Amino acid sequence: MSNAVSAMHGATWSDGIADIAEAPLQGMITLRADMKDKAVKKAIAAATKVEMPGPGQANGVGDRGLCWMSPDEFLLLCPYDTVAADLARIQTALAKTHALAVNVSDARALFRVSGPAARDVMAKLAPVDLSPAVFQPGMFRRTRLAQVAAAFWMPNADTFQIVCFRSHAQYMFDLLKTAARKGSKVGAF
Amino acid sequence: MLILTCPCCGQTGEETEFHAGGEAHLKRFGPGSSDDDFQGYLFMRENPKGVHFERWRHVYGCGKWFHAARCTMTLEIFGTYPAQTLEPPKDLCDKISGKRPGWSWRTFS
Repeated sequence: MSNAVSAMHGATWSDGIADIAEAPLQGMITLRADMKDKAVKKAIAAATKVEMPGPGQANGVGDRGLCWMSPDEFLLLCPYDTVAADLARIQTALAKTHALAVNVSDARALFRVSGPAARDVMAKLAPVDLSPAVFQPGMFRRTRLAQVAAAFWMPNADTFQIVCFRSHAQYMFDLLKTAARKGSKVGAF
Repeated sequence: MLILTCPCCGQTGEETEFHAGGEAHLKRFGPGSSDDDFQGYLFMRENPKGVHFERWRHVYGCGKWFHAARCTMTLEIFGTYPAQTLEPPKDLCDKISGKRPGWSWRTFS
């Protein structure tokens, strides 16, 4: 068995207005199906044990989370060690419906931007209204950060969690470091 | 800058999160059509000053195509609507009429 490592080997950086860290390995399963279908809803709820999120939302229960990616795509977050078991359970539950569940844990990289100025850092990179009144913990947004596709949510008021493609990990880390340089607080929020 | 709201996923973002897909509501003329029809389909495009209908794709978001009505002069977005239609919805046309009385675009007005 190979030794699984995250894309940036857990790199961290805290020499600016926000702390940047690559999160440890995270289990991620992409779910694609007709999410309005009752059988699909039931199967996903039973297999993931997380309530289905509404548009632009992310629901978390313990170490599991279900994120809304698009009307027909959800992202399930689960512990890295249990991905295979979770995936098998979901595929069994969805066997009778037209659906797709794939383990994408090793295709993605996960970053964490934390600190009081985390919102400033993110707002520099994403074409999204990130004012505290509009974007809050519990919401999930799929968009771009500078030149690459990414999705993010807020575990709490001072932290952003970012998912991007693993091949973009170095770019994302450098990008976040640049956006969080010392003295670069915008103070718009 | 255009601020678009995707009718598929409901997310609002500015234009760099999306990708323009050219003119909306083109009628395709393929093999077997007359040369004039084919030439019109392939090359003839509207270039209005004012109300315009376009296809857009939410490329960094849900990835779905949709239609948008906008003003080429002020960059105002009148509205967006699903891709699975042959014409703009009536309430959108009425809304545009309220803001740009007497507008017309191809066969719509």
